[in-house]
Amino acid sequence: MLLYLDANAAEPLRPEARAAALAAMELPGNPSSVHAAGRAARRVLEAAREELAARFGARPSDVVLTAGGTEANALGIRALAPGRHLLRGASEHPAVVAATPDAVILPVHRDGTLDLAALAAALAASGPALVCLMAANNETGVLHPLAEIAALCRAQGALLHVDGVQAAGRVALSLREIGADSLALSGHKLGGPKGAGALLLRPGLAPTPLITGGGQERGWRGGTEPLPALAGMAAAAAAASPEAASRLAVLRDAIEAGASGAVVAGSTAPRLPNTSLLVLPGVKAETQVIALDLAGVQVSAGAACSSGRVAASPVLAAMGFGHDAACGIRISLPWNAPEDAAARFLAAWAAMRDRLSRPAA
Amino acid sequence: MSRPNRPIYLDNHATTPVDPRVLAAMRPWWEENFANPGSVEHALGRAAEAAVEEARAHVARLIGAEASEVVFTSGATESNNLAIKGAARFAAAQGSERRRVVTLATEHKCVLESVRDLAAEGFEPVILPVQPNGLLDLGLLEATLAEAPTLLLSVMAVNNEIGVVQNLAAIGEMAKRHGALFHTDAAQAAGRITLDVQEIRADLLSLSGHKIYGPKGIGALYVRRRPRVRLAPLFSGGGQERGLRAGTLPAPLIVGLGEAARIAALEGSLDAGRIAGQRDRFWAALAAEVPGLIKHADLEHRVAGNLSLGFPGSVTALALMAAAPEICVSTGSACSSAEIEPSHVLRALGLPEALARATLRIGIGRFTSPADVDHAAAALARAWRQVRSSTTQTSPVAAGLVE
Repeated sequence: MLLYLDANAAEPLRPEARAAALAAMELPGNPSSVHAAGRAARRVLEAAREELAARFGARPSDVVLTAGGTEANALGIRALAPGRHLLRGASEHPAVVAATPDAVILPVHRDGTLDLAALAAALAASGPALVCLMAANNETGVLHPLAEIAALCRAQGALLHVDGVQAAGRVALSLREIGADSLALSGHKLGGPKGAGALLLRPGLAPTPLITGGGQERGWRGGTEPLPALAGMAAAAAAASPEAASRLAVLRDAIEAGASGAVVAGSTAPRLPNTSLLVLPGVKAETQVIALDLAGVQVSAGAACSSGRVAASPVLAAMGFGHDAACGIRISLPWNAPEDAAARFLAAWAAMRDRLSRPAA
Repeated sequence: MSRPNRPIYLDNHATTPVDPRVLAAMRPWWEENFANPGSVEHALGRAAEAAVEEARAHVARLIGAEASEVVFTSGATESNNLAIKGAARFAAAQGSERRRVVTLATEHKCVLESVRDLAAEGFEPVILPVQPNGLLDLGLLEATLAEAPTLLLSVMAVNNEIGVVQNLAAIGEMAKRHGALFHTDAAQAAGRITLDVQEIRADLLSLSGHKIYGPKGIGALYVRRRPRVRLAPLFSGGGQERGLRAGTLPAPLIVGLGEAARIAALEGSLDAGRIAGQRDRFWAALAAEVPGLIKHADLEHRVAGNLSLGFPGSVTALALMAAAPEICVSTGSACSSAEIEPSHVLRALGLPEALARATLRIGIGRFTSPADVDHAAAALARAWRQVRSSTTQTSPVAAGLVE
């Protein structure tokens, strides 16, 4: 029996999400059609929009439904960027990195949280700015202090785009409460189907579309909406709760307490309850991951999208890990992690450690 | 046979119901393996990747391509945007002198809007008219391509409203002879006609999942490798799909598209024969009840399931739909369903506005039964009689003007 601990790459589909997606698959209509079948599809689509709006602090009319988090990030940054200097965190996901070319890089502390003094200095120096930051890091789970960051941005007249992909459903996350201007979400990181995402906007914003044609999503995103995946995403959002996710922190803490010889990246910072980046100094992440895979433990050496070409983690590098930036593996507990996940992981991990790492003389 | 109160779905150009075999193929990826196909470091991720690659091969086979030439997107609209904007932007960034992008007045809105977006970026759009039968005049195309160097020609394979099939082999040959890239929006063509990217010499070809009995939210773009066609992505990120389309690959949707493509390749021609039979049955029943009913556009070069019908007697299509609410048909493209304006496609055929407003699009599909078409024809005939008599009663002057 494989032990799946790679939720930050993809959460297992929640039963509520599966039911909603399957029900939407049975609907024959196109949500844009005016006939009965079309209206039935439209109702499901609008219910999904309302659910996401309510869960994450926006008005339904300010929600743009997309095909995923990468697209939502690109669309949000594109909506806010014109006429502004781009600033982004040093540990952002590749989706945000790619959408912010030539951005000023904001450093993070050794614990992975944003250096607020550096942010304040950059905001003071930059003129009108757009700050792009993730709520929670995909590799370490470290949470940035978004409320403070939003206040700093507001004080300097800067806008704030939040990549909420990893935080959504695991910790409290609200566009309105943060006071940000846009928030990107991904369906499958919530436990919904892959192929859905959303961009939530502060009232009054109108994005410039990446994909045009057909007039869907008020002209902000053309194309027939991915109805089953979106219906599943909304059901997953409704089923996910930070309270339930806190169960995972117990398992995570047990893993970290038992992994002697490893350094936990960002361990002193506020973090997601499900994520642990274990650095085993001197042992390449790729080697560790292969060994664990053979033992039936499914973890990753970083973001899934860049998998296959495992290199030093830019996130760990930004946190000052030096050579050991190539030695971290990510354990991310899924919402349905079994209660014996920590014990099973540690058994495999300790065997791997004993075989691969040379104890210091 | 047909259950009362169940809507009868004759709008298979807007979207098609999911084939049960497609759903069956998708289910394991919603029930057993949830991994990210990018997670090749572990066994579950590699299994998801393998499923994605198998689907890619099915899609490639449907259009005579190699698997490595298929890029997955969220749908045909995204594929069309990526093909048109991506090819133009990449060429411009490489210093190409070519600025002209040629397309047809009857294209899907997403093609027309992509071309319009390019105009704002310094490209030169040329929108060609079509003949009254909906087909492109090849002499006009030749003259247009000869007039100035063209970067890209985009011509849809099958029209989404009037169902006409363009002569893609001749069009592709002409594009290549003039050094232009050739893109075709084949969203409505796949599974309905045979498509072979070598025969039509396409450089880029767009596909949609939900038009071929697959799921919504998935599509593909064929991007020729020999000679290699280069595109600028619409957005970037994790490097998936060779950098052309970033974002986690939605394995279940991709598996669904693959299965839909596999079935389409096997059964497309069988479907077409049966669907043509239903279409003829529907037409015969409705035309017998509605004297003066007109079929628009070319009848020979046309997909089997499509009818674009102009109703006589000063009725509007919207009034007919309202009077037959259990019949799911449309006035044109689903995207523009709520628009009051008559369809740009019907206008491009040169139809008088009143006739365009009296036109219904019928899309018969794989799952349309003989009972469905009988019931639909009877209901629409009844609706027509009802609307016509109320039109005559309430607006004799208007009716008199048209007569």
